[in-house]
Amino acid sequence: MADRDRGYGEPELEILEIELLLEGIHRHYGFDFRGYAYSSLKRRLWRVMAEEHLSTVSELQSRVLHDEACMERLLRALSINVTAMFRDPDFFVAFRDKVAPLLRTYPFIRVWNAGCSTGEETYSLAILLAEEGLYERTRIYATDINDAVLERAEAGDFPVEKASEYAQNYLKAGGSGAFSDYYATREGTARLSRRLKDNVVFAQHNLVSDRSFNEFHVILCRNVMIYFGRPLQDRVHGLFYDSLDRLGILGLGQKESIRLTRYEGYYEPLDVHHRLYRRIG
Amino acid sequence: MVGRVVAIGGSWGGGAALGRVLASLPGDLGAPVVVALHRYPGASRLAEQLGRHGPLAVADAEDKQELWPGCVLLAPPDYHLLVEGGMCVLSIDEPVRYSRPSIDVLFESVADAYRSRAVGVLLTGASEDGSAGLARIQARGGLTIAQDPASAECPIMPRAAIEAGAVGRVLGLEEIGEALVSACATEDVGVEEGAR
Ligand SMILES: C[S@@+](CC[C@H](N)C(=O)[O-])C[C@H]1O[C@@H](n2cnc3c(N)ncnc32)[C@H](O)[C@@H]1O
Repeated sequence: MADRDRGYGEPELEILEIELLLEGIHRHYGFDFRGYAYSSLKRRLWRVMAEEHLSTVSELQSRVLHDEACMERLLRALSINVTAMFRDPDFFVAFRDKVAPLLRTYPFIRVWNAGCSTGEETYSLAILLAEEGLYERTRIYATDINDAVLERAEAGDFPVEKASEYAQNYLKAGGSGAFSDYYATREGTARLSRRLKDNVVFAQHNLVSDRSFNEFHVILCRNVMIYFGRPLQDRVHGLFYDSLDRLGILGLGQKESIRLTRYEGYYEPLDVHHRLYRRIG
Repeated sequence: MVGRVVAIGGSWGGGAALGRVLASLPGDLGAPVVVALHRYPGASRLAEQLGRHGPLAVADAEDKQELWPGCVLLAPPDYHLLVEGGMCVLSIDEPVRYSRPSIDVLFESVADAYRSRAVGVLLTGASEDGSAGLARIQARGGLTIAQDPASAECPIMPRAAIEAGAVGRVLGLEEIGEALVSACATEDVGVEEGAR
């Protein structure tokens, strides 16, 4: 067969090395990446290996275990924080149409935005709820594993160059005002208005190892679980199920489906296309 | 024994070229087909349009969806598609060579997951995406095919892969379908070639 894959390394051996690396990181530092999807994780390891001038995952393991600064660099590389305001505008349209009317019946609304990254999704939701007249009675708990992104989320800044893209998304998402009403610009940075932060709490929370911390009417977790393997996805769905009100709403990313998890039977689709589900059992 | 997988990449003109390849494939193709096309985020009806060209059903891939023989699953707009353990894995990691989806990302994951059972097909495009991925498929003993640059709407992408030495067979669009059918009917190109 292939003459030992001509310089690309044995894929099975590399998987073993990754398992050992993740086990070592977990035992030594307590960070648990063992249940993540290897194919996407592997590419980020390759990038770190290139930056560290290492040629095998085993070499990376050795350096990471003996050098805390290298672990820090690896953590940063493993954290994918890509996000945008009103990413997938149609999702927010669906949220307005299908979820907002349900929320109107509640005197007080608790929302969990899990894996909020730098806060763009959280503030998009805050704007939407404000326009629907629901924000004043809402509290959004926005969490992420990465405290560096949470700090940025709390500041509520974004680069001015993004403003026109975000304004377009906002309009496509059914925004009823002007996006520019929600921020002020100073020295190349746009800062979101105070009001949008008033009812938002940012906190560190690890979906892999931390427990449920409240009962919510809405949980949004988008483009986070794609980085997890199936068994871990099932566990996190268990956490969400336990954290949702009996008729609570779960919102997932554009290409994530409850259908592929063990929890399918506990939800009914509110909008299948936009991945909005309602807990029924 | 796990069967083969076909991975197809295309950029400029890739949608039309893929449509012609799909038109020449039978409804009982014995392997899953995964596709990365550079597409506009707004092109949400691409799967539906491609599905009209031939008997195989085409859909955007969902995260952790399982592959089955005869499926045609596309990398969704603005997501990378990878394959692992017979399943689709999506990511929104940074674009690679300015592209998300990236053809290299798909091909490289397929090369590692399927090794000599992988078939990579690179179609027309104005980019150099796909060459590195094809090289990896080839190094692992898989079959690599490029659309004949002479027939491509934009020859840059297949030509780059050919010049990189990553291409086993250069074929016209009509012949690609045939080559895929016969590759999917045999278990392993490595073995097949070794037997010659
Ligand atoms: C790609 S971002 C998604 C941001 C946002 N939800 C969106 O869709 O635009 C994924 C986020 O998940 C976070 N994350 C990854 N693993 C996590 C975990 N185990 N617990 C909590 N958050 C995690 C990352 O730090 C990152 O900020």
